[in-house]
This record gives sequence, structure tokens and C-alpha cells, in this order.
Amino acid sequence: MEKIFQKLSLLSASLVFIILIGIFTTLFISAKPAIDEFGFGFITDARWNTEVPLNQSNEKEKQTDTLKEDTTQNSVSDSDDDLLAEDEDLMGDDEDLDDEVATKTVYGGLVPIVGTILSTVIAMVFAVPIAMGIAIFLAEMAPKKISIPVGIAIELLAAIPSIIFGMWGLFYFAPIISETFGGYQVSLLTAGLVLGIMILPFMAAITRDSMKTTPDILKESAYALGATKFEVIKDVIFPYSKVGIIGSIILSLGRALGETMAVAFLIGAVYNLPEKITDPTISIPVAMAVNFGEAAGLGESALFYLGLILFVLSFGIISFAKFYFLKRNKG
Amino acid sequence: MRLLLNKIILALSLVSALIGLAFLGWILVTLAIKGASAMSASLFIKDLVDNGLRNLIVGQLILAGLASFVGIPLGIVAGIYIREYGQGSKYAEFIRDLSDIMMSAPSIVIGAFVFALLVKPFGGPSGFAGAFALAIMMIPIVINTTDSMLSLVPKELREAGIALGASKYKVIFNIVIRAAKVGIMTGILLSFARIVGETAPLLFTSETSNYFTLDLTSSFPSMTVSIYSLANEPEESARDLAWSASFILTIMVLLINLTGRYITRNKK
Amino acid sequence: MPVMNIKNFSFTYAGVDKPSIRNINLPILKNKITALIGPSGCGKSTLLRSLNRIHDLYPGNKYEGVIELLDFETNKYENILEIKKENEFIKLRQKVGMIFQKPTPFPMSIFDNVAYGLKIAGIKNKTEVENRVEEALKGAALWNEVSDRLNKPAGGLSGGQQQRLCIARAVAVKPEVLLFDEPTSALDPISTGAIEELIVELRKDVSIAIVTHNMQQASRISDFTAFMYMGDLIEYDKTEVIFLNPKEKQTEDYITGRFG
Ligand SMILES: Nc1ncnc2c1ncn2[C@@H]1O[C@H](COP(=O)(O)OP(=O)(O)O)[C@@H](O)[C@H]1O
Ligand SMILES: [Mg+2]
Repeated sequence: MEKIFQKLSLLSASLVFIILIGIFTTLFISAKPAIDEFGFGFITDARWNTEVPLNQSNEKEKQTDTLKEDTTQNSVSDSDDDLLAEDEDLMGDDEDLDDEVATKTVYGGLVPIVGTILSTVIAMVFAVPIAMGIAIFLAEMAPKKISIPVGIAIELLAAIPSIIFGMWGLFYFAPIISETFGGYQVSLLTAGLVLGIMILPFMAAITRDSMKTTPDILKESAYALGATKFEVIKDVIFPYSKVGIIGSIILSLGRALGETMAVAFLIGAVYNLPEKITDPTISIPVAMAVNFGEAAGLGESALFYLGLILFVLSFGIISFAKFYFLKRNKG
Repeated sequence: MRLLLNKIILALSLVSALIGLAFLGWILVTLAIKGASAMSASLFIKDLVDNGLRNLIVGQLILAGLASFVGIPLGIVAGIYIREYGQGSKYAEFIRDLSDIMMSAPSIVIGAFVFALLVKPFGGPSGFAGAFALAIMMIPIVINTTDSMLSLVPKELREAGIALGASKYKVIFNIVIRAAKVGIMTGILLSFARIVGETAPLLFTSETSNYFTLDLTSSFPSMTVSIYSLANEPEESARDLAWSASFILTIMVLLINLTGRYITRNKK
Repeated sequence: MPVMNIKNFSFTYAGVDKPSIRNINLPILKNKITALIGPSGCGKSTLLRSLNRIHDLYPGNKYEGVIELLDFETNKYENILEIKKENEFIKLRQKVGMIFQKPTPFPMSIFDNVAYGLKIAGIKNKTEVENRVEEALKGAALWNEVSDRLNKPAGGLSGGQQQRLCIARAVAVKPEVLLFDEPTSALDPISTGAIEELIVELRKDVSIAIVTHNMQQASRISDFTAFMYMGDLIEYDKTEVIFLNPKEKQTEDYITGRFG
């Protein structure tokens, strides 16, 4: 009985490893057709679901230029009508392509990758200072009577499902932002700000926890030397809990990066490189949420490719935060 | 000068705290007003086809409940391995780190994984696939809380058990788990609250359904997924329904959270 | 007669290249109290925790030498360092009990705490369990204080009561040897006095080894004293001899408070 349980517990623990490997392999296998087709060029290609004549695409993708792939790909054609028309206009200049042109659909990940990074950056720029303010307020300024209930409220807010932030953002926040800053209601800016608001309670709560690890004796001895509260925060608390605070910020960044629902309503979901901060665009999670339903073939595979990129990215960021900043006590 | 700087900085952090809290308050107030105004008993009696939410509430709870049914025992047992049997070993440390990383994995990616694993090969969305995706999200959360709650049990308590002649297995079950019980229960409630509000992993695994069903082999009603599609619809009535659903969902999540906090508070 | 015989014993912690205690030779005499004294970090706990091999909870430690334990049934010594099987470990720990620095009440009722060792030893008969719990609690001078609340959680007792409960729990399984690792260092003077009295009282049933950094305590209650310094056993003798007439200079320095 005891031996069996011990084995069982080992097995359950190993399940974590197995699932992670499973996620990686499954994503990789599903993304394989797109990886084979587009290679690493996928990351820098801004076209999504765009039909291009074969020879034009070949200029970009010389190494994947084989007949076999041509025959498998030229049947896929589910792109928008206007995009198709545009392409045909372009092709009109070449005399030998007027009918039955061999085309293929190109998928590139640049737009969602850029959209993910930019919306995350906006969210962090907005959230980090405010979260620091809240954390300092809770850990050092507020009397217990206020800091305890407010702290609990912050933690409860961190538990609110992200789709609710998205809906609120769409109906109440976006109109105000577009009136103030111009541009569309759905844009990089509104998406980033709502994302920032969404990660705010989480970031504030874990940052406060890091600050609270500073031993009271350290703070008291600084006050005993005549330091002001700000000096104690700057010279004692920050240096002491710096590592934990940075770790908390990176952890929140990881959350923002992979967030779907708070952004899905607000970013616009168009494959369009933003020129201004008020332009609509798309992020990786949103591309997956919006397009998975109707995607098939290479399009679906390209979405898996995006998912793989997101997975690897967030895996990298989180492990970085863990190994450099959040070494937890070994108990 | 020093004192002025001190005042300025403290005022700034107070202001930013107020800004942050104002936003969060704004969201809650909106939710309460929009949600409560459309609240009626018929929401809980009728299904989505008849503009009610009954099937969605039941469906979401079934999905999360099923996920817990798998995720909680696996997570606890794995947590026991990490903190008790594997204690200090390289492998246990490795699994703990992986689990922490997995806890932060983008939920949409987990949805995509389950889509490739259980939806495509079986020809369509299913309640099973949705619950499976939620279970994957839940396991690392439960591992994490189990592990940290067990770590709070003083090692002398384990040594005292062993010194009495108890086997490791008995020490774990009669002493350590008992000592950590309340904490683990709170952790479980919090992790349930966390997955019950998830949307992204369900989008293309369970999808959602307008009808009441208990059939886990086809698309299954999900409150969160329906909120997403209702909010995207142009009619005012659909949006109102989305707000009501959001309100109910939030109340549910907050209640579970508060219950969790309450039991720890009381045990201390 | 010694119930335990420590011979040429060295112990090395996992991941440490030098032994923390070296070449120890020491008997634990039957129905006597043996005190282990010495400055903090000299290896008292390390030695004590070898006597029931509680170190084995954590992998990778190294034992060298011999530690013999007298088997009361066969009247023969067996080397406890040769134990490998789980059930032999369990038997060893039922024979050699242990009390820790901080009280370690289990998260269960007072009664269940004391009954726990009996339960895992396979004693199921309800009246027998009840009798032995009562006997143990009386033996630990706790019965009068708790007899009306046996089903209340043990966590509600005071620190001194918790420690006596732990002693009752250890005594209930009728061990041959009891190991105490600074059992009073977390307690107030009155509780300390009660525990000291109790330990002296227990001597008629069990043999006792006690680690203490309180020299008065050692001189008050022990029959024999071993002085350790930096991993070595410097001197072992009758307690009066150690305190009044130590042979070694280091012992004398320590006793008279010239270091540590
Ligand atoms: N788990 C351990 N791993 C490595 N070294 C240890 C461990 N525990 C104790 N030591 C070392 O062994 C020596 C003796 O410690 P200990 O027996 O606890 O001393 P005492 O009980 O006499 O104060 C010390 O130098 C201590 O640093
Ligand atoms: Mg010690």
C-alpha cells in the first residue's frame, strides 16, 4: 500500500513534465506544416492569409521552393476578396499570369507578434508605477485598519475573470479613450491599458508581498537613524526586496503576454501593423481566439505556430524570472 | 528638502494607489449596476435559447467540477511527492519549477493543445475536452498550494512522528496532511475560483451551447464562452444577458474566494 | 549495564566532506540519565539523533563505527547502524523514543496524541489503549490537568503542558531509551522545573540521554555527563566528577564559564 502510494505520487508529479512535453510536441507537430513552409521567416513576415503568385513568394522563400509543396498549397484559397483583388492588380503587370495563376497563401506572424509585444509594453508602462504605488501604500503607508481590507480587496480583484475586464473595457473604457486620444475605439492603446488594469491587482499584491519580506528590525534601525519614510523605502526596503519585486514584475509581464480575453474585445483583431498607438492590430492569443474556429489546413497550422512561439516566449520569460529573481525558500 | 521630497513621493504613491483603486472600483460598480439591473428569477430557470442562463451556469460548474475531480487529487498527490517523498531531490525541485512555470502558461495555448489532442481527432468540441483543458490549468495551481502548505508544517512534527515509530506514509497522512488541511482546502477553493472563470481554454474545446445538456461528448454550455459571443452581438438584449452572466460569474468567484479566506481565518 | 554502546562512531552530513562528530565512544547506562553538554554546534544533537537514526529521514548521510542497542528479550546487543529495512527502523524507534526542543503536538486531540504511538504499534483493544493513555498521562504528571478535556485539540495546551504531552506520548509505547534534545529550552522556569522532575521520575522505567546547554540542569538531574567539543567527545564521567573534578582542561574551562 505504502509503496504503491509512493509510486503513484511520483507518477502524478511526473505528469507535470509529461504534460509540458506533450504541449510542446503537440504544438510543434501541429505547427510543422507552417514551420516547413515559412521557416523562421514567419516571424518577420507581416502578411497573413495573403495570396501571392508562386514566383513572387519564391523571392522571399527561396529554400522552400519545391514542386511538391506547390501542388499541396495552391488549392488553399480562402483569403479576403479585396486582398485578392489587390494581388491581382499587382499581377496584372506580368503578361503571362492573366488566367489560372498558380498562387499560394502566405501566413506571417509579424503582426500578432508585434501586437503582443506592444500591448504588453503599454500595459506594463501603465501598470508598473501604479502597482508600485499601491504596494508602497499597502506595505508602508496605510494603517492596518486600511491596509488589511484594501489588501484583501486587491487580492479579490486579482481573482475577477479577465473576460469581465475585456467587456468593461469595450463598453465603458474604449469610448472615453478614443474621445481623448482620437482614433478607433478598438486599438493597441485601449487594449494595452485594459490589459494593464487587469494585471494591476495581481502585480500590486505580489509586489506588496515582496516588500513585506523586509525584516522590521532593518526598517526600525533606519528610522532610528532619522531616515524619512521615503528614505527607508528607497534605501532599505527596495534594496532588500529588489529581487522579489523584479520577479513579481516579470511574472505579471508573463501574464499580460499570454492574456486573451481582456484584449480580445479591444485590440481590433485585424492583421495590420499599427502605425500609431491608436491603430487597431492583433495579438497572438487574440489571433488564436478569433481565427481558430474557421481556420483549416495551413492557416490552422500557422496559428499553432503562433501558439508555439507564445508558449516558448512565456516559458522563457517565466523561467528567467524564476531562476534569477524568485528562488524560493527550499523549506 | 528631504522632508519635502518625502512628502512628494508619498503623495505620488498615494495618488497612484487611488487611481488604481478608482479604476477597479469603476469596473465593479459598472458590473454591479449593469448586472443587477437585468437580474431576474427567469435567468436561473430558462436556458440560453430562451434568454436565460441556467444551462450556462450548470455547464460551467460541471466543467470546473469535472476538472477539479481530476486536478485536485492529482495535484495534491504530486504536491506530496514534491514536499515529502522527493524532498530535497533534484527531480522534485525540477518538477516544482516546471509546475510553477506551467502555472503561468498562456491559457489559450493550453486550449490549442487540447484542441489538437481531443477535439480534432474526435471530430468536434466536447465537454470532456473543456474539462480536460481546465484540469491541466488546475494541476499546477493545486501542486503549488499543496507544496507551500506542506512546507509550513514544521519538520520537527515529521521527526516526532518518525521517532514514535510511524512509517513515512503514516506520518504524511495522519500528521502532516492533517496539520496542513485547512491551508490545502483554502488553496483548492482558490484554484477552483480561478478556473471557473476561465474562457480561453474553453473557446475551442468545449465551445458552448444554447441548450441544457449533460452530454459531455458534444459541445457543452459554458458561461464564459457565451459571455464572449453574447458581448460581440449587436443587439442590446444579448449584451444585457452578457452583463448578467458576468455579474453572476463574478459573484460566484468572489464568494468562493471569500469562503476560502474565511476558513483559514477561523482556523488560525 | 549499558543499554546502548557507542563505539568509534563518526557521522558525516550529506554534502559535507568532514564528519561533524568523530570517533565517539560512549555508553548509555540502564536506568540512568546521561547528559550531553558542550558549546553550541559541538555535535550534541548530531550524536543524539544518531541513536534512533532519525537522520535517515534525510538522504545521503554517512555513519561510521558501531552503535549497539540491548535487546531486552534476547539480552543481546545489535548494531543499529546495520538496520536497512523499514520495519526494523520502526522497531528501533519504538524502542528509542525522542523528545524535541519545541513541543510537537500532533494536530489531533490530547487523547489521540498519546494513543497514536499505540495505534501504529498495532494495539487495537480499546480498554487497553485507554488504560495506557491514562497511565502515560499520569506518568507525565499531566493527567490531573487534562483528564476533563481529553478530546480537545492538543494545540490548546500551554507550552509546558504540550511538552509533557509529548513525553507522555513517547512513554506510552514503553520505550527502552528516551532521547531528549534540549527539552526545556523553549519553556519558562516553572514548566522547566516540572519537566526536570518528570525526567528524574522516568529514570526508573527508561534509560535517558539528554542534550542540554544548561549546565545547572545537567548537574541537577543527570547521573553521568559527557562533554563534547567541536565534534569530539572530550570527557565522560559521573556527573559529580565532571563538575567538581574534571580531568581535562577544556572541560574545566567550559564548566567554569571560561568559554562558550
Ligand atoms: N543538516 C546538517 N547538514 C550539515 N551540517 C549540519 C547539519 N546539522 C548540523 N550540522 C553541523 O554539525 C555540527 C554539529 O551540529 P549540532 O549537532 O546541531 O550541534 P549542537 O546540537 O551541539 O549545537 C555543526 O557544525 C553544524 O553546523
Ligand atoms: Mg542542538
